[in-house]
Amino acid sequence: MIIEKLKIINKTGLHARPATLFVDKSKKFKSEIFIEKNGKSVNAKSLINILSLGVEQGQEIILKINGPDEVEALEELKKLIESGLEEGE
Amino acid sequence: MSTHLKGIGITDQIAIGKVIIFEKKDIDLSNERDELPYEVKEKLLLRSIEKTKKEIETLYENLKERNPQEAEIFNFHKALLEDEYFLDKLKKYLKENFSASWAVKKAVDEISLEFENIENELFRERAKDIKDVGEKLIKNLLGYKESTIDIKSPRIIVARDLAPSDTATLDKSNVIGFITEFGSPTSHTAILAQALGIPAIVGVKDVLNYLKNNDEVILDTKNGLVIINPSQEEKEYYYQKIKEEEIIKRELENTKNIPVITSKGKRIKIFANIGDFEEGILALKYGAEGVGLFRTEFLFLNRNSPPSEEEQFLAYRKVAELFREKPVIIRTIDIGGDKKIPYLNLEKENNPFLGIRGLRLCLREKDLFKTQLRAILKASYYGNIKIMYPMVSIKEEIEEANNILEEVKRELEKEEEKYNEKIEVGIMVEVPSIALSLEEVIDLISFVSIGSNDLIQYTFAADRTLEKVNYLYLPKHPAILKLIKHVINVCHENKKEVGVCGEIAGDLEMVTILAELEIDELSMAPTKIPLIKKILLNLLN
Repeated sequence: MIIEKLKIINKTGLHARPATLFVDKSKKFKSEIFIEKNGKSVNAKSLINILSLGVEQGQEIILKINGPDEVEALEELKKLIESGLEEGE
Repeated sequence: MSTHLKGIGITDQIAIGKVIIFEKKDIDLSNERDELPYEVKEKLLLRSIEKTKKEIETLYENLKERNPQEAEIFNFHKALLEDEYFLDKLKKYLKENFSASWAVKKAVDEISLEFENIENELFRERAKDIKDVGEKLIKNLLGYKESTIDIKSPRIIVARDLAPSDTATLDKSNVIGFITEFGSPTSHTAILAQALGIPAIVGVKDVLNYLKNNDEVILDTKNGLVIINPSQEEKEYYYQKIKEEEIIKRELENTKNIPVITSKGKRIKIFANIGDFEEGILALKYGAEGVGLFRTEFLFLNRNSPPSEEEQFLAYRKVAELFREKPVIIRTIDIGGDKKIPYLNLEKENNPFLGIRGLRLCLREKDLFKTQLRAILKASYYGNIKIMYPMVSIKEEIEEANNILEEVKRELEKEEEKYNEKIEVGIMVEVPSIALSLEEVIDLISFVSIGSNDLIQYTFAADRTLEKVNYLYLPKHPAILKLIKHVINVCHENKKEVGVCGEIAGDLEMVTILAELEIDELSMAPTKIPLIKKILLNLLN
């Protein structure tokens, strides 16, 4: 299992389109992917779960990934978040 | 007699017309539990989900050309129907012997509740999307027809609340306004009204009890007012308002994107004075090139404790982001003894306009000042913010304020907070002493803004709230013109920008004088921009 803290930099946070993009990317991996904010941890492959965290711009999340392709999963998801989820800052 | 109801106005417009009530029929969910085998119910449910997805796709296809923003919502709705968390919940309830429709209801209720507890309104509003999708799914399960709004002539739609599916098939050419009992500025109705450019008033308590089909109403969004069965006088007043707005709109279309350049080749920037985010939206609509004065008092008044750094930061950031690369000049808190602020313990003064106010107050209440500067600096990372001190009288006050600002910057650096290190600092010139000694302080600042209202009051020693000395409000008096001329000269000799953010910047006669004096920037109430621009363009080109 790998764990990494990341900051959400895009404008609307993990909402609407950016959240959908994140879920679509997560679903491509076999590993279990969890996303945590303020101690609440949810399944990153569920749009509803992710939205229910209410992650806004500037807030930090923790990614927990566990499974055969965890390294690639972290790498790609991190890239996606750091690039601003195609939305920009 | 007309009846007046209050709500939250969306888009700055007026509508007068007849209403049509949109009421949803309650769905009879039938039995809560049944004995059907799980496999049968699952099949039934999955088939309904497929059908609902197809319907949503059709809505998306029909809308995506005309209204891509509205269409996007349905992409999101479709994703909800494919969500594993939602599907797992449905299956769990089917296994517990709930009927298919009850399983949907229970899953949707649970998920909506999760969203309703989120602090951020934008996220909280998504509960309604989940309910909307759930309702569609249940209707398909039980064979209900979708309720649609059918209007053949211009109408104002009145509803408890409107969901994306309710409005997707609506003939929008006949909608002239919305009134909803629930909803907020981020609700679907509000967003749709903005996209269509028509007025809406949301959050009008019990509105359905007051209205029936074809009742006449006036929507005054500026005041969040619904006027039911208006009197003749009220109608005349608002028809006149609509006419005035149309004139402004025409001027706006003619002048919005034309920069003001005088016959001498001097470019004058047209800025807006704003007091909150909503006024910022208005300012952009009217073509403001920036904010010459962002009053921050709204954050500090009418409350029992000072606003937190976070609250201020979010308010400033929101405006900075709205204006992007355009400058936003934030004036630090400008309050004095004439205002009652429970958490400040301001002493009652005999002459509050001559007492502890503006920067004088900030230098005494250092914690308050530092918190505001921290919030402004942090927000400066998100746009083009500048800082402006009000009510400056002597050089030492600027030096002290700048020292505090530097102190705050060091703090932020230590905390590794990002901010714009090149943030510009300016002052308001509204006290004659600083106007006449500007050359002594010009090196300490990057820009100047003339606050004409106070400058006039202090020059003539005439309280501007006192009607009996009204006759001393003399913007064109040589004393004032001399002061203004001096300030402009000192600024230009030192290559600093100088603007005006008082009433005179929106005064038809004064702006031509200011233009001749080669003012760099005029900042006024947003609605004044089109007319002032027209005057400057006609006179000088």
